[in-house]
Amino acid sequence: MSNQTWSFDQRIPNDTSVGRELLDELVVQLKRAEWSEHDVHGVHLSVEEALVNAIKHGNNEDPDTSVHVVFKVSAAEILIQITDQGEGFDPHEVPDPTLDENLAVPSGRGLMLMKAFMSVVHYNDKGNQVIMEKVKN
Amino acid sequence: MSDLRRLEVSEVGDVTVVRFVDRKILDAANIQELGDELFALVESEERKTLLLNFTNVEFLSSAALNKLIILDKKVKAVSGKLKLSNLKTEIREVFAITRLDQLFDIKDDEADALAAF
Repeated sequence: MSNQTWSFDQRIPNDTSVGRELLDELVVQLKRAEWSEHDVHGVHLSVEEALVNAIKHGNNEDPDTSVHVVFKVSAAEILIQITDQGEGFDPHEVPDPTLDENLAVPSGRGLMLMKAFMSVVHYNDKGNQVIMEKVKN
Repeated sequence: MSDLRRLEVSEVGDVTVVRFVDRKILDAANIQELGDELFALVESEERKTLLLNFTNVEFLSSAALNKLIILDKKVKAVSGKLKLSNLKTEIREVFAITRLDQLFDIKDDEADALAAF
């Protein structure tokens, strides 16, 4: 990534409060790189959803596991990679929550919000790693 | 209701107006508590006409949306009415993306919502 202004590449404990402190720092760095309020909100929400998925569903809230988090920020582009130690899942099997029959079903919205707000959302074959990219319009 | 931690509840006529204490509705324990307090309004206190005013809310995750969907079911089960108001632009966009703006009756502000009951 050219003109990178901030990066982070570490394993963090399987704890949402640790993830949220890291998210707060990401938000600071996005604002510093002059991303708009709208984009910052979208990226914040997407990473929140991805981290909760990794910690709760991927690692089953096991305190002995960790999550590998990579952030790369520039003024034009954001790259996020989040990897858990779980068995993985098939994102294609998550029902579309916007279908009429699923509208009142209380699940499946995290993934669709990630896809809506990010330019690219890609899972590895195992389904335990998500790579998200945001490109400034 | 006593000991509310996540909500501020008031009465305007027959309508129970609910405001959220947290600006960011994120933490799993807080969301659980938020859901429990919302559900108790309907199930324990038998309030059937609810307005959720999102004035204070800057951020809410899908886990919080799920609680609102369950609340909607509980309100409908007692033939009650639920409306939402004062959603910031970003929050409104989340409801639009997820099509939850079709499930919920969303008004611009509290006065609009109260007039629509």
